[in-house]
Amino acid sequence: MSDLDKFRAEVRTWLDENCPEEMRDGDITPENQCWGGRQWEFQSEAQKIWFERALAQGYTVPTWPKEYGGAGLSAEEAKILDEERQAINARKPLSNFGISMLGPALLAYGTHEQKAQHLTAIARGEIRWCQGYSEPGAGSDLASLKAKCEDKGDHWLINGQKIWTSNADISDWIFCLVRTDFEAPKHQGITFILIDMASEGISVKPIVLISGHSPFCETFFDDVKVPKSYGDNNPSVVGEINRGWDVAKNLLVHERGMLGTMSPLRGTTGPESLGKFAAEKIGLDATGRLDDPALRQRIAQAELDNWAYDLTVARMTDEANAGNGLGAKSSMLKYVASELTKCGTELRMDIEGTTAATIGEDGIEYGSLANNWLYNRAYSILGGTTEVQFNIISKRVLDLPSQ
Amino acid sequence: MPLILNEEQEMLQDAAKGFLAEKAPVSAFRTVRDNKPADGFCRQLWTEMAQMGWAGIIVDETHGGSGFGYVGAGVLAEEMGRNLTASPFFSTSVLGATAIQKYGTEKQKDENLAAISGGETLFALAVDEGPRHKPDHIAFSAEPAGNGFILSGTKTFVADGHVADKLIIAARTSGDEGDTAGITLFLVDANAPEITRVHTPMVDSRNAADIAVEGLEVTGDDILGELDGGYAALEGILSAGRAVLSAEMSGSAQQVFDVTTDYLKEREQFGQKIGSFQGLQHRAAQLATEIEMMKSAVLKSLKDLDQDFDNAGMTCCLAKAKTGQVAQLATKEAIQMHGGIGVTDEYDVGLYFKRVHVAQQMFGDAGFHSDRWARNSGY
Repeated sequence: MSDLDKFRAEVRTWLDENCPEEMRDGDITPENQCWGGRQWEFQSEAQKIWFERALAQGYTVPTWPKEYGGAGLSAEEAKILDEERQAINARKPLSNFGISMLGPALLAYGTHEQKAQHLTAIARGEIRWCQGYSEPGAGSDLASLKAKCEDKGDHWLINGQKIWTSNADISDWIFCLVRTDFEAPKHQGITFILIDMASEGISVKPIVLISGHSPFCETFFDDVKVPKSYGDNNPSVVGEINRGWDVAKNLLVHERGMLGTMSPLRGTTGPESLGKFAAEKIGLDATGRLDDPALRQRIAQAELDNWAYDLTVARMTDEANAGNGLGAKSSMLKYVASELTKCGTELRMDIEGTTAATIGEDGIEYGSLANNWLYNRAYSILGGTTEVQFNIISKRVLDLPSQ
Repeated sequence: MPLILNEEQEMLQDAAKGFLAEKAPVSAFRTVRDNKPADGFCRQLWTEMAQMGWAGIIVDETHGGSGFGYVGAGVLAEEMGRNLTASPFFSTSVLGATAIQKYGTEKQKDENLAAISGGETLFALAVDEGPRHKPDHIAFSAEPAGNGFILSGTKTFVADGHVADKLIIAARTSGDEGDTAGITLFLVDANAPEITRVHTPMVDSRNAADIAVEGLEVTGDDILGELDGGYAALEGILSAGRAVLSAEMSGSAQQVFDVTTDYLKEREQFGQKIGSFQGLQHRAAQLATEIEMMKSAVLKSLKDLDQDFDNAGMTCCLAKAKTGQVAQLATKEAIQMHGGIGVTDEYDVGLYFKRVHVAQQMFGDAGFHSDRWARNSGY
C-alpha cells in the first residue's frame, strides 16, 4: 500500500469515527456553515463537536503548517481528505474568508509572528475576517483606491470608505487596501493592512440590494488609529509598505479560485437536474421532449456547459497538482462559473414562470428563488467583473499587447 | 484517474507533432487538394503512419496494434486536426478498428485487426441515408433469403467510402425506419459488383462517397455484432468516432486560435497592434475560455472510452456538442479577426473553417447532441 493509500484509509476511518451524522447532510450554504469569530454561536451541538474534533486534528485548515493550527497536509493529501469528506457528504468543519483568502496571502507574505497570531486565530475559528478592497470610486479600477493611510509615527491614521465589505457588520477584523503614497503611480502607493474592526472610528452600514437584504456593507473609516505593530516582528502591514498590490493580486487569485470551484448551475439550493425539474413543472410532448422547445434547448446547453466547466475545474486541478500552476486561468473559471450561476436561476425563474415572480405581501423572501435570482446578478460583477477577467486573460494568458 | 495525459501519451504527442510537421503540414494537405489524386490522400504518408504504429493505435498488441487506446487516438487526431492531415486514420483506425475489436467475432478479429494495424485494409462506416445525421433512421434493407440476407439500399456521406476495401453497413433486418431495434451491422467487401460507389467531393476537400447496393447476398457470418441488436454496436462505434473526431476538431480550433492570436500581436492598424483593442481582446479571451472547456470535455470522453467503453456515450455526446460549437466559433472568429486576408484561399484559416463545418455535420452536430443529452436526461 502506498503512503497515499494508507493516508486515505486513515482519513476514512477518522471521518467515519469523528464526523457526527447531522454534519453529513451535503453541501454547506452560507446559512448552515460554520463561520467562527468572536460573535459566533454554534447552531447545533453536532456543529460544535465536528468543529472541535476537526480543530484538534488540524483539519479546519488542513494544508496549513502545524505550528499555525493546520495539519501540514500536502496538496495530494488534502485532495484525498476532500474526496473522502465529500464521499460521506460531510460539511466542512469551518469556512470563512480568513481561510480562503487572507490565509493564503499571509502564508506567502506574512512574517512568522503575523502568521502565529492571525493564522492560528483563523484556524481556531476565533476571528472572522472581512475584506476591504472596493471603494465607491474604485470598482473595476481597484488600483485607483483612495482610502488614505498616513504615517503618524507610532501609528497609522486611516480615513476613507470601503464598499461591498461582505459581512463587515459581523466580522472581527478587516484586511484592507489603503493608499500610503498619493504621488506614486497608482499601483505603487497601495499598502495591505490588517485592522481590528473594534477600532474607534470604524462604522458599518449594510447595503440593501435588488434582492433585498444582503451580506454586503459599506465600511467607513473616520480618523481610525491603527498600531504600527501588534508585537515584535508583527506589523499591521502585510508585505512591504506601498507594495500591497502584489499581496492583493495574490489574494485575488485565491478569491477567483474559490469562486471558480462552486457548483455553478445548480448553486447550493437548485435541483440536481434542471431538465427533470422542468419536465415535472412543464410536462413532455408526445415524443418525450420537454413541451417548450426553446426552453429545452437553453436548459440542455446550460447543463452541457456546466458539465464541461466541472471537468475543466477537475482538469486544471490535476494540472496544478502535476506542477503546472493555474495562474491567470483562474479568471476563466471565475467568468464561466459566474455566468452559469446566473443562468441556473434565470432558467428556474423561466421554468416556474409567474409562480416564481410572485413574491407576496412581505416582499422578496430571503432564500427564495427570486431572492437568489436577483442576488446572482452580482456574480459577474463581484471579485472582478467579467470584463476585468477578460482583460486579465488577454494580458496574462494570451499575452496580447497593451494600448 | 487524473484528467491529464500520462508520460507515455505526452511522448506520443511529441512524436506526432514532429512527424506531422515534417511529413504532413497544411501545405501537404493543399497539395492533395490541388492535385486531386483519386484516393484523396497520400498512400505513402499512410504507409509511414502505419509504420509509426498509428494505424493500429487502438488495436491490442496481440493483434499487431500499439494498444494506446482512445486517449492515444485522440492525441494523434488532435495533431492531425492542427495540420489538417488527410488520411484514412479516422475511418479505418478509429471506426473500423473499434467495430471489429469491440463487436467482432474472434474470426473477424483475426482476419481484420492485423490488416488494419498494418495499414493494408481500409474501412468505411456506412450509416447515414440523408443529409442530416439520424442513426436511428435506417431504411437500408437486409431481407432474409435462404441462410442469409440480401442487402439493398443507399448510403450517403460515407467517409473514405470510395477507397475502402471493406464497408460496415447499418441495415434494417426487422422493424420500421425509426426503430432502434431491428438494425444489424454487416461487414462486406467494398469491391463486390453489387456495390456502386460514387466519390462525392466535399467542401473540406476530404473524401466521402455515396453508396448504392443492389441485391448483395451476405450470410450470417458477415454480421458484425448481434442480429437485430446492431444499434448498440453502432452507438459504440459512433461514440468512439465522435470522441476522436472531437479531438481532431479541438486540434483545428486550437491551431486557428494560435494563428489568430499571433496575428493580433503582429497586425497594425491605426498605428497600433490590433491585439491591443479591447473589442478584439474580449472576444479572444472568451474564445480562449471556451477552448479550455472544450479540451476538458474531449479528454474526458477519450478517457471514458478507455476506462468504461460501454458507458462512455454521454461524455462523447458532450464532447461532440461542445467541439461542434467551439470549433465553429474559433474558425469563424479566426476569419473575422484576420479581416480581408482571412477570406483568401492563400491563407490557411479558411481551410479550417471548411473542415470544421464538415466534421461538425459528421455523426451529429451540436444541436443533435444537445437533443440527445436532453432525451437521455428525461426531458
